[in-house]
Amino acid sequence: MASDLGDLYQEVILDHNRQPRNFGDLPGANRRAEGFNPLCGDRVTVSLTLEGDVLKDIRFQGSGCAISKASASMMTETMKGRTRAQAERLFQEFHRLLTEDSGAPDAASLGKLVVFSGVREFPIRVKCATLAWHTLRAALDSAHGIASTE
Amino acid sequence: MTRPGDLLAAAPARKAPAAFDVERVRADFPILRQTVFGKPLVYLDNAATAQKPRAVIDTLTRFYEVDNANIHRGLHQLSERSTAAYEETRAKVRRFLNAAEDREIVFVRGTTEAINLAASSYARPHVGRDDEVLITTMEHHSNIVPWQMLCEEKGARLRVAPINDDGELLLDEFEALLGPRTRIVSVAHVSNALGTVNPIRRIVEMAHRRNIPVLVDGAQAAPHLKIDVRDLDCDFYTLSGHKLFGPTGIGVLYGKAALLEAMPPYQGGGDMIASVTFEKTIYNRLPHKFEAGTPHIAGVIGLGAAIDYLESIDPEGRAAHEQALLEHATRRLAELPRLRIVGRAKEKTGVLSFVIEGIHPHDIGTILDREGIAIRAGHHCAQPLMDRFGVPATARASFALYNTREEVGALESGIRKVLGVFR
Repeated sequence: MASDLGDLYQEVILDHNRQPRNFGDLPGANRRAEGFNPLCGDRVTVSLTLEGDVLKDIRFQGSGCAISKASASMMTETMKGRTRAQAERLFQEFHRLLTEDSGAPDAASLGKLVVFSGVREFPIRVKCATLAWHTLRAALDSAHGIASTE
Repeated sequence: MTRPGDLLAAAPARKAPAAFDVERVRADFPILRQTVFGKPLVYLDNAATAQKPRAVIDTLTRFYEVDNANIHRGLHQLSERSTAAYEETRAKVRRFLNAAEDREIVFVRGTTEAINLAASSYARPHVGRDDEVLITTMEHHSNIVPWQMLCEEKGARLRVAPINDDGELLLDEFEALLGPRTRIVSVAHVSNALGTVNPIRRIVEMAHRRNIPVLVDGAQAAPHLKIDVRDLDCDFYTLSGHKLFGPTGIGVLYGKAALLEAMPPYQGGGDMIASVTFEKTIYNRLPHKFEAGTPHIAGVIGLGAAIDYLESIDPEGRAAHEQALLEHATRRLAELPRLRIVGRAKEKTGVLSFVIEGIHPHDIGTILDREGIAIRAGHHCAQPLMDRFGVPATARASFALYNTREEVGALESGIRKVLGVFR
């Protein structure tokens, strides 16, 4: 496999694509949003239980490419137990990781999410990697939101 | 079933006649000579847009370098030349479609605008509350949304004729949907997402028996099939120049003269008038009534060059080559594990849509791209059709006259790579 393809489809991404974590509906969720990528028609729903300022639990549903599914799956793992402020910071860091060549993002805070740095070489796929993240933001911003990558 | 003769040649898979030489054809398309990510470009996204032969590119250059002027008004030499070239193209398109008269050929931006024109100028005065517009499940969004907008405005109903699991129109069900309230039928000649060739002649017969006019979206048919609007007896036919190896931003609406005559203009402006006062405007005669404003003159002339180019190629040889290539690709891909071809109509042209179990089409597209192979991955502007097949998207390889068996081989190896990544 060409090295940039190898960087994109890293084993951990393929694993989350095959077996997404926190997949399914979240009974008792008090926040929910649907995300939509008009380019491919993919949809994702992010449901969460927000207790005060803390994302107590989070799950996602939907269909999508390996990048969007793995990104959603790893996002839910990372977000569980975070505060809203922490979630927003992670969103910013993750976005920088995907789009900025210089200004190395805070790798420590992103943890294993740095596997998505390979997406940078595939600009058209950035939307796939950020769909669930935009959707999470919409869920946090309103009780019933629709997020779009456009 | 399409009647023989709908396809340029209903030839079985056999060696193309000597007259058609794919390597010679390829040499006419400069863009095909490049490499992408170090691999020879394999361009299999022709249903999205086709590449342009040298003849079209040179014609555009020549037009801007030598003849450029506005048409239908200048008294000077350049305007005379550009007007002549523009109107000669109308005659070429008329011959290409075998229409009866030049004035039945209206230049528009593309199929999308052609359908909007027909919906707006023909259908709007004819469709009322509780009337119906009939389309099919396999339509492109451009042949759904204009009708939906009209139906919403009028309180009319959009009816949709179903297809079978192979992607073929269910003709009995189609006919059953033709009712006393049906005001127009609008149907693709060839499906952009499946490649299905619809039996237009029979569709038109069924509709005409009930005095219902038929619009045929020919965007995907014109690059592959011989089009004869008089033989089809359709009332409107549309095509897009850029899918026909011509420039983007130019297309054609064919309409029977009697229908076009009775229709109000689509847009107001220059060129579409005979005389204007602040009290009253007399509209120009056909086809100028529908060509308000300075048109895409270069685009029209470029489209003419594309038609000249296509007509310089042995039609039977070309059709046989394209048909053999599609059959070859279908056979090769059908053998791959986990791969399912979407759209297995008996009459098909140009398009091979597929899905692979457990692999999203976007991932297929990305990996193939790194192999230099351009395909389309997505819903192909046909979301209701994707819903019909229960998939969010498909990968689509679409072929043109310049594609080769070697390129099908590259596609097959590329897909094997995809399968390797997503074991």
